[in-house]
Amino acid sequence: MNINVSLIGQMVTFILLVAFTMRFVWPHLRKALDDRARTIADGLAAAERGRQDLELAARRAADILREAKQQAQEVIAHADRRAAQIVEEAKGAAKTEGERILAGAKAEIEQEVFRAKEMLRAQVALLAVAGAEKILRREVDAKAHADLLNAIQAQL
Amino acid sequence: MVVNKTGSEYIVEHLTNWSVGKGFWTLHVDSWLVSAVLGALVFGLVYRGARNATSGVPGKLQNFVELLYEFVESQVKIVFHGKSELVAPLAFTIFVWVFAMNAMDLLPIDLLAVLGLHMKVVPTTDPNTTFAMSLSVFVLTIYYNLKVKGAGGFLHESAAVPFGIRLAPVNILFRLVEDLAKPLSLALRLFGNMYAGEMVFILIALLPFWVQPLLSWPWAVFHILIITLQAYIFMMLTIVYVSMAHEQH
Repeated sequence: MNINVSLIGQMVTFILLVAFTMRFVWPHLRKALDDRARTIADGLAAAERGRQDLELAARRAADILREAKQQAQEVIAHADRRAAQIVEEAKGAAKTEGERILAGAKAEIEQEVFRAKEMLRAQVALLAVAGAEKILRREVDAKAHADLLNAIQAQL
Repeated sequence: MVVNKTGSEYIVEHLTNWSVGKGFWTLHVDSWLVSAVLGALVFGLVYRGARNATSGVPGKLQNFVELLYEFVESQVKIVFHGKSELVAPLAFTIFVWVFAMNAMDLLPIDLLAVLGLHMKVVPTTDPNTTFAMSLSVFVLTIYYNLKVKGAGGFLHESAAVPFGIRLAPVNILFRLVEDLAKPLSLALRLFGNMYAGEMVFILIALLPFWVQPLLSWPWAVFHILIITLQAYIFMMLTIVYVSMAHEQH
């Protein structure tokens, strides 16, 4: 064991190495690892936030679905009511229309009857005149008997 | 072994440093060169891994360097509670450098001799290397003692702990022994372990060639543990000593 100037030489080497590590190696590594730790922490926080958001969204979706179902039921009920109402209205309208058509037809028939009666009246009058002409076998003054004929026609 | 040498000549040759100069001014070129080259290589590699370190997905080299970083950082966090930018890089340097130097122990013992280099290839079998580190750490602990407690606080602690101020001479004596034992034990533990390990390799190399693999292989495997363990112990004790310097009694 001999201690000599090598001791000092080795000390210099050692101190240089420590200084090198401290100056050039350590800061790089510390920065990289700290940054990574921060990145991971941020990622975990984001994941947690995402999970909460998802839960919230699921709850909202369920709410919306329930609301939609309720609304759909309301719409169906409304539609049913409306349909019943429309059927009732249609029934009423059909009845009125039928009555109206019936009344029209009756009026027309009456008119036809009335017209036929008029015609008959006129023809009966002519027939009566023609019959009278034949019976009498002579000229009858139509003008002189017009009053009479009209009176007969009115009686028919 | 080379055949035309006696056993003791062989051993002495393997335990002699490649020296330049005389007396105190002798420089162990092998220790200095090997440790410097290893330092340059290993820390160059570490620097390459750290320089382009990203916070994203790390590459293989960066991964390895980060592993070392985490390992050292966790050890420092457990023991050391003060604020210092120096302690963790110091511990890291010690662990990596000592590990690299110790690992030279696994080189075949006659490899360099065959290449014509007569030198001790393991720098940590040179007490100059181990004392260089332990004395640096010692100076650092004194610096931190003075910085944290102030000169008065340091003197008071030395005089009054553990038996109270009335037994000041005894306390100071205790303190001296304690503080001197720290660098001494730190350096000699590493030196002794590595020196003994190398010695065993040399002794195995003296045996008949067909016995050598049977013994040197298990010893080398066991030595992987010693290499790592000694580097770890040196690092841990450094952290402990520095943190003790920070603690107020």
